[in-house]
Amino acid sequence: MNEDWVLYEVFIRSRSGLEHKHVGSLHAADARMAIEHARDTYTRRQEGVSIWVVRSSDIVASDPAEAEELFEPARDKVYRHPTFYAIPEDVKNI
Amino acid sequence: MYTQALDSPGGAAAADAHERERLERFQERIDRDEKIEPKDWMPEAYRQTLIRQIAQHAHSEVVGMLPEGNWITRAPSLRRKVVLIAKVQDEGGHGMYLYSAAETLGVSRGELIEQLLSGRAKYSSIFNYPTLTWADIGAIGWLVDGAAIMNQIPLCRCSYGPYARAMVRICKEESFHQRQGYEIMLTLSRGSAAQRAMAQDALDRWWWPSLMMFGPSDAHSVHTAQSMRWKIKRFSNDELRQKFIDVTVPQAEFLGLAVPDPDLRWDESAQHYVPGPIDWSEFHAVLKGEGPCNRERLEARHAAHEAGRWVREAAAAFAEKHQEPLRAAQAG
Amino acid sequence: MSVASESARPAPSAEERFEYVLRLADTSLIAGQRLAELLGHGPALEEDLALGNISLDLIGQARLLLALAGRIEGRGRDEDALAFLRDAPDFRNVALAEQPNGDFGATIVRQCLLDAWQLESYECLTGSTDRDLADIAHKAVKECRYHWRFSSGWLARLGEGTEESHARVRAALESLWRFTDELLTPDALDARMAVCGIGPAPALIRERWETRVAAALAQAKLERPAHQHYPWHGKHGVHTEHLGHLLAEMQFVPRAYPGATW
Repeated sequence: MNEDWVLYEVFIRSRSGLEHKHVGSLHAADARMAIEHARDTYTRRQEGVSIWVVRSSDIVASDPAEAEELFEPARDKVYRHPTFYAIPEDVKNI
Repeated sequence: MYTQALDSPGGAAAADAHERERLERFQERIDRDEKIEPKDWMPEAYRQTLIRQIAQHAHSEVVGMLPEGNWITRAPSLRRKVVLIAKVQDEGGHGMYLYSAAETLGVSRGELIEQLLSGRAKYSSIFNYPTLTWADIGAIGWLVDGAAIMNQIPLCRCSYGPYARAMVRICKEESFHQRQGYEIMLTLSRGSAAQRAMAQDALDRWWWPSLMMFGPSDAHSVHTAQSMRWKIKRFSNDELRQKFIDVTVPQAEFLGLAVPDPDLRWDESAQHYVPGPIDWSEFHAVLKGEGPCNRERLEARHAAHEAGRWVREAAAAFAEKHQEPLRAAQAG
Repeated sequence: MSVASESARPAPSAEERFEYVLRLADTSLIAGQRLAELLGHGPALEEDLALGNISLDLIGQARLLLALAGRIEGRGRDEDALAFLRDAPDFRNVALAEQPNGDFGATIVRQCLLDAWQLESYECLTGSTDRDLADIAHKAVKECRYHWRFSSGWLARLGEGTEESHARVRAALESLWRFTDELLTPDALDARMAVCGIGPAPALIRERWETRVAAALAQAKLERPAHQHYPWHGKHGVHTEHLGHLLAEMQFVPRAYPGATW
């Protein structure tokens, strides 16, 4: 019999208007228990108003070995940033 | 050289060169204060050192629930009771955060607990001392948590991301632990003669073990140099111990309690307190399992683990009956 | 709502209010103390945290209620005087609350039966004509809802999980069921407080408790044990032997050092 519960990742929305943020993980046998454990572990100091739990094994992650091809091509696309464009200071509201 | 710590199989020189280059790149990342994350490449020795250190830390939190838990049912006021419950509960939470950080390195909590229960893993020796009176709860908060915080704050900047993040959360939560301990000591030292005697007795028993919490002196510490280079340890044992003594002695004076060290003196030129010699034979004996409560602590963890087995199994069986159909339906 | 708020109702004496508030206070205190024993010894680290939270809620309720009782009594007893310097016959908790933790199954069954009763009671008490009590109930009812969620969830897991877990909770249920007699059998004070608009109508609590517990038992694939007449009620100060030991431990320090501040 498997007594090792499943590993879940916990995401907490600290107050309404903000996104859920990863705060840590925990073990639980089922989803309801995972929510309860997340509540009991990660919101004891009023850290949250909403909880997501996801089985760790369900998360698909990018491979650090591919970090170069995934992320470095963005580096020279400076024209995506507003500071790339020179506008005279006299021009307002732009 | 740190490379000497690694088992590099002799033979293929090219593989060695490749390995050396990887190690250099890794060290460069650390030197640049970049964080290492779980899926990043890391030297096996770095991984193993971290697993050992984080697991020891986690075990210490969990075993550390026992000496203080010993007084929850006897806390002398309801206010003290809720504070102590919250504190011991925090320690359980810290154990969880740390086990989770260790799990990102590819070891399961089950394996780590198995190592603790079989006696292969270590935990902080301080928890092998008994809590005999209520004042011990004050002394633990003040001294043991004080020493722990000093150890832990630098770890918030350690090179391994999940460990550093766990430490940030832990340090934030622990900020009340030391204060509640000192508040207990303050109340006792301002109380009746019997309460003052209780406070002094607790300081007498916890002072030296607290100093030993920082580990052997640097000259005899096996792991310090490599761990400092990898930034999984940021100050040496002796540096931290000195810092602890310097801040704690005046706090004892404020309480009107005597630090149980006849050789303790203030060195004006160095601006430090100089303690008498530490009895390292006691430290090593307790570490080896010969402390006053080593047996009880492990037995308590064993008992909880065994008594909980049918519960964990039942929950897993229940989940299998209910969740699997649900997940299948979602996938379909 | 169970408790009406018309002004023409009779008012209880201070002694009656004191006695009534103590029942609620002591039940929370003793249940909280029991759960606190488990911290560091639970079946998983996560459960230690959960039980710790519930214990903190319960002791928190007890502190508010004991302070209220002390004010009603008007003899200068604060929460600690009431918690630490009364002997067993003066405690008014329901006897279910003082039952030992046993295995995790017994803990869960005890909590389930108690949580359902506290939840229904506080739900009604939010409408009490006693402002202080209603305020405390508003806070407590949210906590009790979570306690029920926790304990009924575990009852289902254990009831249906494995043969062993089913057998264990069934045995615990059989053993603890007699203490539910007290929860559902009103006495003169319960009736009086209902008439005064302070406490809930006993019949209503009984009906809601029965419905709630029946649903949880059905979900956990457990049979409701037969009713057991058990007229020794903690709320009258008639306790099981367990309470004396619990108090000996809980009260030791203040009694060993009379008059000290902690």
